[in-house]
Amino acid sequence: MTTTLRTLDALDVFAEADPPQAATVAPRRGRLLRRFQSHLLSAVFVMWGAATLTFGVLHLMPGNAAVAIAGGAASHPSHSQIAAVTAQYGLNKPLIVQYLIYLEQLLRGHLGYSSSQQMAVSTVLLQNVGPTLLLMGSALALAWVLALASSVLTVKWTRVGSSIGSGLEVLGASLPSYWLGIVLLEVFAFKLRWFPATGGSGLVGLVLPAVTLAIPLAGFLAQVTREEFESALEQPFITTARARGMGDWGVRIRHALRHAILPGLTLSGWAIGSLVTGAVIVETLFSRQGLGNMLLVGITQQDPPLTLGVTLIVALVYVVANLTVDGLYLIADPRLRATA
Amino acid sequence: MAVIDGNLGLLLGDSEAKAKTQRQRLPIAVVLAALYLLVLLVAVIYPSLLARDQPLAINTTQTFLGPSLHHLFGTDQSGRDVFSRVIYGARSSLSIGVAATALALAAGSALGLLAGLGGRFLDVVIGRVLDVLFAFPGILLALLFIVILGANVTTLILAVGLGTVPGYARMIRGQVISVRDAPFVEAAAVLGHTRWRVITRTIFPNAMRPLVVLATLGVGQSIVFASSLSFLGLGTAPPAPEWGAMLSAGRDYVATAWWLEFFPGAVIVLFTLATTALGRHLQRHFEGKDAA
Repeated sequence: MTTTLRTLDALDVFAEADPPQAATVAPRRGRLLRRFQSHLLSAVFVMWGAATLTFGVLHLMPGNAAVAIAGGAASHPSHSQIAAVTAQYGLNKPLIVQYLIYLEQLLRGHLGYSSSQQMAVSTVLLQNVGPTLLLMGSALALAWVLALASSVLTVKWTRVGSSIGSGLEVLGASLPSYWLGIVLLEVFAFKLRWFPATGGSGLVGLVLPAVTLAIPLAGFLAQVTREEFESALEQPFITTARARGMGDWGVRIRHALRHAILPGLTLSGWAIGSLVTGAVIVETLFSRQGLGNMLLVGITQQDPPLTLGVTLIVALVYVVANLTVDGLYLIADPRLRATA
Repeated sequence: MAVIDGNLGLLLGDSEAKAKTQRQRLPIAVVLAALYLLVLLVAVIYPSLLARDQPLAINTTQTFLGPSLHHLFGTDQSGRDVFSRVIYGARSSLSIGVAATALALAAGSALGLLAGLGGRFLDVVIGRVLDVLFAFPGILLALLFIVILGANVTTLILAVGLGTVPGYARMIRGQVISVRDAPFVEAAAVLGHTRWRVITRTIFPNAMRPLVVLATLGVGQSIVFASSLSFLGLGTAPPAPEWGAMLSAGRDYVATAWWLEFFPGAVIVLFTLATTALGRHLQRHFEGKDAA
């Protein structure tokens, strides 16, 4: 009897993720490395595509590319400035040469001069990337906590609890961040005065923006984890675990939860894209320093170098985040490490 | 749909159809969603039926009035009735959402079909381009369009529509590939139909089936996307009543007049909820048919 239970339990690939025998370790590492290399290659490809796209935008924009690089028509660059940019970027040469020079300038980290911020674009980016990453990171973490809590607490206890949980998830996912942000501002900043309405340094100022970003994302993630959680609870290894005398909480947290995380993890790559969109809105609404705010400034004040610089750095954040997710995926799912 | 089935059943006196209707009673959420969309449809076609005041009527003695029986959603900085503006705004806001979704689906389907049926080379090229576009959060693509074309309604539609193309193209490509290798397509080819006929008569209609669901879900998302851009001040110009423009104008008064932001936003949230409920219902309906 015990043997049968053990065998059934082995079906739960996550229950005991003991490393396989030492003999299989070497080829496994080779596979992992190759996987990572192909991901890295596609990441480089995506960055190249992003650079090409910004080059295209620079040349499709109304007006002269030299003026745009020198800071945009709004900044009225002088003739000598335009001449300097033309020489630096080879703008009097054929388009293909311009393209190669543009890529070279990007690789050297020359992103141009931001007329609206009165400093080099790379400096602006360095100053703003931190606050945005902090905001996105805390929102992503909060979203995961909310999504998993919703699955663990409401799936299959009672029917009412389950429908309330899934109803809240659909509602959360439908909330546009600007509207949610305004409602939170109104209630918690203007009426209750618990949190500052604008900016605010430190953790207190971070709460409302992070919650605003996290709730819609948690709604999306929870819909996926809930589905997976439900089907995981019906698997034979759950019955086995229960037969061994494991309590409901133990089953949920030790066994089902790990299954529920995986599909959500795949979504995290996509989630980072949606967080960027949210960050632009939230940073504007709460007047926070960050890349999203700079992106909007770049567009509304017609500062092309700034806009394109933010675009490139956001693509970079996205690519690095996706590589990290791929890495996490390999850790979370032992099946991917198996040497089949 | 279930209602039509029911009528048919009653007409034919078919007991089996009757049993089917009872089993498939419409969930209350779907009924509410349909009702809400119906009200919005009335607002689009005949707004004066729902709103008493003119959306552009300025009344400087009645600025910033809170919600009351007289002004359900309050009044704005020029004393205009917010409820009337929301009702009259339905036409342009929903047109933007529908146009953007139509554009996204058309371009996405074209790319998806090309990738799925155009041979290995095209598939790889389109796939890679989509990868790059996918790596761009939708808002960045949209903003790049606004950089090139300037901020106005046409740009807004283009930006929202083209910003969502990569997602649709991927889904359609997957669908085309699964249909392409299905036995019934092989059967059509064995029957001696030309390749063109197989593509237009067999693959195309089957690959496009999820489009109804995608379109329903997509309109809600497009409107949220478009209103987000408008909220940032990158959409339609003010006085015209449009939900996103109202949100953008109300941003300056968020600390004092919450109703200027709350109600237009709530209308959009309810619209998204309604299209999600209806889209999910359609999805289940189609999937049920597939299983049968």
